[in-house]
Amino acid sequence: MILVILAHPYPRRSRACAALVEAIRDLPEVEIRSLYDLYPDFDVDRAAEQAALARARLVVWLHPLFWYTAPGLMKHWFDEVLVRGFAYGPGGDALAGKDVLWATTTGGDEWAFSEAGRHQRPFDAFVPVIEQTARFCGLNWLAPFVVHGAHEIPDEALRDAGRSLRERLVAWRATVETRNA
Amino acid sequence: MHEALIFLAAAVICVPIAARLGLGSVLGYLIAGVAIGPWGFGFIGDVDSTQNLAELGVVLMLFVIGLELEPKRLGSMRATVFGGGSLQLAMSGAVLMGALMALGLVWQAALAGGLALALSSTAISTQAMTERGELDTPTGRAAFGILLFQDIAAIPLIALVPLLARVETPGGNPLWMRVGLAVAAIAGVVVLGRYFIRPALRLIARVDVRELFTAFALLLVIGVAELMSLAGLSMAMGAFLAGVLLASSEFRHALESDIEPFKGLLLGLFFISVGMTIDFGLLASRPAAVLLLVAGFVALKFASLWAVARLLDICRERWLFAALLAQGGEFAFVVFGVARESKLFSAEWEALLTITVALSMALTPLLLLLHDRLTARGTKIERAADTIDAQAPVIIAGFGRFGQIVGRLLLANDIRAVVLDHDPDQVESLRKFGYRVFYGDATRLDLLEAAGARRARLLVNAIDDVESSIALVDRVRANFPDLPIVSRARNVSHYFELKLRGVEVAERETFEAALRVGRSALERLGIDRFRARELADAFRRHNIASVDATLPFYQDEARRMSMAKQGREELEQQFARDRERFEREHGGAGWK
Repeated sequence: MILVILAHPYPRRSRACAALVEAIRDLPEVEIRSLYDLYPDFDVDRAAEQAALARARLVVWLHPLFWYTAPGLMKHWFDEVLVRGFAYGPGGDALAGKDVLWATTTGGDEWAFSEAGRHQRPFDAFVPVIEQTARFCGLNWLAPFVVHGAHEIPDEALRDAGRSLRERLVAWRATVETRNA
Repeated sequence: MHEALIFLAAAVICVPIAARLGLGSVLGYLIAGVAIGPWGFGFIGDVDSTQNLAELGVVLMLFVIGLELEPKRLGSMRATVFGGGSLQLAMSGAVLMGALMALGLVWQAALAGGLALALSSTAISTQAMTERGELDTPTGRAAFGILLFQDIAAIPLIALVPLLARVETPGGNPLWMRVGLAVAAIAGVVVLGRYFIRPALRLIARVDVRELFTAFALLLVIGVAELMSLAGLSMAMGAFLAGVLLASSEFRHALESDIEPFKGLLLGLFFISVGMTIDFGLLASRPAAVLLLVAGFVALKFASLWAVARLLDICRERWLFAALLAQGGEFAFVVFGVARESKLFSAEWEALLTITVALSMALTPLLLLLHDRLTARGTKIERAADTIDAQAPVIIAGFGRFGQIVGRLLLANDIRAVVLDHDPDQVESLRKFGYRVFYGDATRLDLLEAAGARRARLLVNAIDDVESSIALVDRVRANFPDLPIVSRARNVSHYFELKLRGVEVAERETFEAALRVGRSALERLGIDRFRARELADAFRRHNIASVDATLPFYQDEARRMSMAKQGREELEQQFARDRERFEREHGGAGWK
């Protein structure tokens, strides 16, 4: 089971994230949880979210990049769901051994994420916080999936991005199956 | 009783057949009239008495059209009515007068005949426009403006005929007195509409006997029509005026839905009576003359209307405009009658022109059909957008304490809504605050239709009375199954009733407010505000889940009680666990 935790405040206005979701929606055994649709009042249901995580073998965190990290509700989801006794600490091994794929879309192009660019650092410099959150919970960190320049990316390139995300998920499933076999 | 049976049977047989063949209902009624009239099976002998009743159909139609036109919009139609109307009457009249002179009539007779033929049939063209959803388009508005002008012009025209024949009107008043009477009658209707009818409607509505409201509505229309006819004006015009005066009132939709069935039936009767008057004896004895007259008349009128459309800057729909108005009208019959009485026409000419007009009316649906065949593209798309635009996407039923908050949230965000409320006092006071609220019982099917339930995207059910609220849901589910409902629930059992009927969203009206108060209480007791919110969120989630779990056992009280008790225990345990966890994580020790 692949669990996609989607965090876009206005899913109906989304273009890049929506395209990525559409590209993988029809894969078998995929559960998509759109946090802003489920919890418009930020009243994250810890039990329901933890149950969904327990069902999953791969977790995909999919969201636009806000202030170099996840949107507010996704961060709130981390705070509420990844708690001691579930995700870490004594008895907190519910996530151990599962895989996690961070998929995000950014506004600036790749060059903006360089020492000379607007963000003054390469994109890799912004990865560790999310990455270590995952590792702390015992999740296996897969190479992130990033779509740069999402606000002006042509439809064709967006379709390509969707296709390659889909290929990553299909390939992941194939390796898991061979490992199991 | 016998006659009613014949009329109804003829209509029920002929209209569906005509509609099925794509000929429109008007032609169906006309055919029904021919069939039962003196030249068909001869079921109905007394055509005149039928005509009197049938005229009421035209009157009611104009009243309903008036209801749909607010005075503001009517003001903006002034140019089309007077400019377009006089242009059309002059052009069509001149062309037709020339033709009649060429056929050998003296100029006085040709003038009267030409002007009378220039008038179109309000009943036929308006019915056709309504059926085609054309009334709200620029073409429809131009055509309707011209029809209105013709209604106004018909009165002096009828007065003019005896003058042309140099014969005194038998027992008539002098001209100044007639004009004075007409002005006084119009002023009277305006004053009545402004200061008397609305309070009277309010009074009647408060009595809350439904048929009384219908009776008063009919009384109102017929009374105004009678008043106008006493003053020598067109009854239809009077009814139209009364309609316009009530268009901005809260009773608009209620009046519309009450009058509508009468209007439809009587208008059908009117078309039947036109069908009955067609003199097939004349057609049989002089077929060539009659057919040539009809063809020539319609062709000339069509051409002159097309030219008028050009001058009026109707660019896309000139053909439609001409086809809609190319028939002769009801008033022509009257003018021809007067012309014969005053010896301006011979009896032969009167009969010939009368059958010409009657046949031209029957030709209108065929002409429109032909128009649609020839211009099959383009028009449809434009019309669809127009009709959608003319209505609101949301209907709000009940605009009391609850509905107002819902409604204001929507209205403040530019979402248009038709608001219905059944309390006349409430409606009156809301109107003072500038809300467009309509009076009426939202559980009535016809009122829902009038409010646009067929095309609305959402119904907000904010009615406070549980029984009415459920009646509304049943009515909507039965007749508009695709219309989603967002509903207020007075209490848990109301909530169950709504949920069992598949209402999309039901919200217990006290629940959120009580949670809010509970949160404030927790805050006052020194609990952090965000923590208080989390506790309230948890309570809400648990409560909704356990209420929904008892839904299947709604009728089984004992079972529900035990489930509720069990639910309470679960909640307590859950809160205890949560408290423990919270203390462990945020207990003051540690880094937070």
